[in-house]
Amino acid sequence: MLIIDNLHVHYGGIQALSDMSLEVPEGKIVTLVGANGAGKSTTLRAVSGQIPYIGGTVEKGRVIFQDREITFLPVHKIARLGVIQVPEGRHIFPNLSVLENLYMGGFHRSHDREFHKDLDHVFGLFPRLQERKKQLGGTLSGGERQMLAIGRAIMAKPLLIMMDEPSLGLSPKLVDEVFDIIQAINSEGTTILLVEQNAMAALSIAHQGSVLESGRMVLEGAGTELLEDDRVRQAYLGEDV
Amino acid sequence: MTFQLFLQQLINGLGLGSLYGLIAIGYTMVYGILRLINFAHGDVMMMSTYFAFFGVSIFALPWWVAALLAMILTGLLGISIDQGAYRPLRRASRISALITAIGVSFFLENAALVVFGSRPRAFYRPEMFRAIWHFGDISLLSLTGYTILITLCLLVIVYFIVYKTRMGMAMRAVSKDMHTVPLMGIDLNRVVAFTFGLGSVIAAVGGILWAMKYPQIEPLMGIIPGLKAFVAAVLGGIGNVFGAVLGGFILGITEILLVAFWPELSGYRDAFAFLLLILVLIFRPTGIMGEDLPE
Repeated sequence: MLIIDNLHVHYGGIQALSDMSLEVPEGKIVTLVGANGAGKSTTLRAVSGQIPYIGGTVEKGRVIFQDREITFLPVHKIARLGVIQVPEGRHIFPNLSVLENLYMGGFHRSHDREFHKDLDHVFGLFPRLQERKKQLGGTLSGGERQMLAIGRAIMAKPLLIMMDEPSLGLSPKLVDEVFDIIQAINSEGTTILLVEQNAMAALSIAHQGSVLESGRMVLEGAGTELLEDDRVRQAYLGEDV
Repeated sequence: MTFQLFLQQLINGLGLGSLYGLIAIGYTMVYGILRLINFAHGDVMMMSTYFAFFGVSIFALPWWVAALLAMILTGLLGISIDQGAYRPLRRASRISALITAIGVSFFLENAALVVFGSRPRAFYRPEMFRAIWHFGDISLLSLTGYTILITLCLLVIVYFIVYKTRMGMAMRAVSKDMHTVPLMGIDLNRVVAFTFGLGSVIAAVGGILWAMKYPQIEPLMGIIPGLKAFVAAVLGGIGNVFGAVLGGFILGITEILLVAFWPELSGYRDAFAFLLLILVLIFRPTGIMGEDLPE
């Protein structure tokens, strides 16, 4: 569904991705793990077309979504193809109500029956959002913001959701909840590309995992397989082997 | 000074303040989403008066048709300025865009001098705006009354657009988090263009009413109203449309009262406006209705 082919990205003089390649098959959960600065977020931003907007350059390589090259497409056009990013730090709109934030996710959709079905679906997944739908986004707690960011992505009717550190700053109980939700969204047919510091949890729900180091992929395999890999256990799960 | 006279001056001030407010709305909306002070805004307002002037004098259109056409043309001018001058600088530093805005301002003023000539032209004041309304001892030029009414109506319309429409929702989202909006599949450029268009149309209304009040137009006429509308926008809290109109009212009323109470100070009325700007920037830089920005 998504193919990243030999991608090179740099910011000023700093190489963020060098020869990054990755394939995300349709209907799967793919997890990227790696240390800070390994290029996980850059990979998602490159797919979303954001690199030029944050002062970077795509030097080489291609991003292909559903057999169509999207490497240099503007951000909003990539989103409209159904490639939706849930950015790191949630980035919900603090001055918009919860409901308006969800409307922003489905900005171009007409408010028809299907739209309201999706809205009910989001409220079903996150009853807290329904209770607070008139409240401003900025008044929500960290966990509620993450739910809103995911709900907003669902409202876009995405084919592929890319999540950047969804568990960051959440309590252990909420982390479990978020990973359950990710699995639930995936089981409804949406492909997921997940970037996580919390390698253990993220790999355990992944069909496929990839380990990034200094801007390139160094290891790839089934999620559970990587969890067994000594190098992964040592580097990312903090275990002595 | 009697109470009647005070009330009279208050209404005159409200009339003048409405004009500042109408121009200030465009300043404040553009600042709200791009963090750019569009210093060409006063000159855009000047251009609107020439559009209306030519509509009436050359094409012999009824004044209201000329005014509507001028509003549309001014809206298009605002959008063209953004697309031509500011859009290429979207990723540049803010100071580059600010300097460019000053450049666009000079360009419009000088282009108008060359094309329209420096000779002031008499602007047409329609019949319906010439009547005098009497309320007890207070008399009021109908133009002033209409100006206040039109300003309040436009404020309601702008409120409706910003808070009740999809485009308004996108504008509010851009004002807080410009980089996340495109991730929603929204073309940022269209939101910005819409904002420039709307602000310019409202400035055209202000410009045409201004030209009916002081019925003479010339290429540099936009400078002082533009600067004062900027003061009004800052006073009210830049980024806030209600603040812009409120700031306009306060500026207009204090200016008129200053002149009414101390006629000998009337030569300083412009200086007073800028003194007010300095005081606001020192003591409450976020203005009356502005929120405290984290930066």
